[in-house]
Amino acid sequence: MVPLNHYLYLSAILFTIGAVGVFTRRNALIIYMCIELMLNAVNLTFIAFSKFLNNMDGHIFAFMIMTVAAAEAAVGLAIILAIFRNRETVNVDDINLMKG
Amino acid sequence: MEIIIPTINLASIYPEIVVTIFAVIVLLLHAFTPHHSPGGAGKGGDHLGYISFIGIAYATFLVFTQEGGTEYSFNGLWILDNYSRFFRLIFLLGTGLTILISVKYVKDEGINHGEYYSLILFATVGMMIMGGGADLITIFLGLELMSISLYVLAGYTRNRLTSNESSLKYFLLGSFATGFLLYGIALLYGATGTTNLKGISGFISESNFGNPILIMGMVLLVVGFGFKIASVPFHMWTPDVYEGAPSPITAFMSAGPKAAAFAAFARVFFEGLPSLQGVWVDLIWILAVLTMTVGNVIALVQNNIKRMLAYSSIAHAGYVLVAFVSANELGIGGILYYMLAYTFMNIGAFGIIIVVGGKGEKRVNVDDYTGLAYRHPVAAATMSLFLFSLAGIPPTAGFMGKFYIFSAAIKSGYIGLAIIGVINSVVSVYYYLRITVAMYMKEPESAVSGAESMPSLVFSTAMIIAMVIAAYGVLRMGIFPSAYIALAQQSHLSF
Repeated sequence: MVPLNHYLYLSAILFTIGAVGVFTRRNALIIYMCIELMLNAVNLTFIAFSKFLNNMDGHIFAFMIMTVAAAEAAVGLAIILAIFRNRETVNVDDINLMKG
Repeated sequence: MEIIIPTINLASIYPEIVVTIFAVIVLLLHAFTPHHSPGGAGKGGDHLGYISFIGIAYATFLVFTQEGGTEYSFNGLWILDNYSRFFRLIFLLGTGLTILISVKYVKDEGINHGEYYSLILFATVGMMIMGGGADLITIFLGLELMSISLYVLAGYTRNRLTSNESSLKYFLLGSFATGFLLYGIALLYGATGTTNLKGISGFISESNFGNPILIMGMVLLVVGFGFKIASVPFHMWTPDVYEGAPSPITAFMSAGPKAAAFAAFARVFFEGLPSLQGVWVDLIWILAVLTMTVGNVIALVQNNIKRMLAYSSIAHAGYVLVAFVSANELGIGGILYYMLAYTFMNIGAFGIIIVVGGKGEKRVNVDDYTGLAYRHPVAAATMSLFLFSLAGIPPTAGFMGKFYIFSAAIKSGYIGLAIIGVINSVVSVYYYLRITVAMYMKEPESAVSGAESMPSLVFSTAMIIAMVIAAYGVLRMGIFPSAYIALAQQSHLSF
């Protein structure tokens, strides 16, 4: 059986890739994909712990995260669409009307 | 296998049910009301706002009639205690005032839709769930219900570019923060085997708590909640989001959701992780100092008043973190009292900002307030009252709140922190008074240059009611604070 630590390392790596991507990528859609990657890394952590602790709470939590992520995707894509209609760009470096 | 049927106690969530039902009613009512002229959707009557307000008033009534005492229900997922009751009152008050100051604004901006009020009510339900969640699952779901509604509301004036931008930044950074919060919860779950706060604290107290996974999870939770309460260094989204969002929504975001984030933050750390207090107190001490100082110093140089109040709101989060660090009964009472006072004074100040801003939010710079006292003495006096309260000048609610927080810090031995807080409070007086000076001590521009005079300010009935409530609250809590302090002290969490 694959030991728990392997799962934890994998999810930590995925989470880090996602977090670094949020800071380095400039396209709003890609940034959102990186955030989704972070959420899925969390799901993996939950499922791994759930399996090794023999406790179902982690499964429930993972389902909740998926549901919420779907709702967030719906709202997020609508927001990105609204900004594209007005600005014809989704590059976050160009979206900088407010500064200070 | 034995099937345990959990206790379902609907009475403990009546206020939440009522607000949800009203949110759906407002949504449907708008959908089924005929809109005659094209584009008539933005020209509906005020009834949507007033119906939402009735819902909030009814829910407030229900909170008052709920029985006292601490009660767990829904299999330990939900708790009804004085703490959650007090926070619900803060949320409902903030929402009620927001609805009142929105009524005219949404008509002017052509966004008088059912969705607007419906989303505000759903966000309120989310906040109430955060306040009453006794399990990390409940708290997470409440947080997301609130956040997703707010992402939409921040971009509600969807043809205005700044509003789009505010919404996008809030959405990206908000969901980024959610990722950290969730990872923290996952590690906490892994270390303790449960997501229930009581279970977590029970597990930690009877096992060794030096587990690195546990500490890591706790730090990630601080990061996640730090984003939601806008503490430095996780505050980058706040100024842009507050500046770009429609003004009533900015008022809403700075009061209710911030209080909700504090409610969940305090609940998780005082009920779930009290054994780790030695570790997180130091972290939050640093956050508190940074938050107060950076917020106040950057606010000094702002010209846009919404942006200035955004930094001021960061600084106020810092004062509340001081109460958090104190971690005694006085400190928790201080958080409650301060959030209530802040709701009154900040929404009040934003009410005047909305009136002065006028249609399209054209006048939101400090210069636009020049000579306001000569033209509209009442508006200028009301604004000054709220600004004095934000600055912490007696006899206002803001003064009592700060007094309470700093005495809690001193009682717990954090004298250095209290001194830093008081110095910050003095610094903040400069930028609050700058607006008052502009209003009272400078001639109106038109008198000097003969330029176009400031258009007259239009106060709608709802706005007047909201301002009277807010001004009454600020003065009442400042002059006769004992009843509120007693209420706040009864509502502290059990340690």
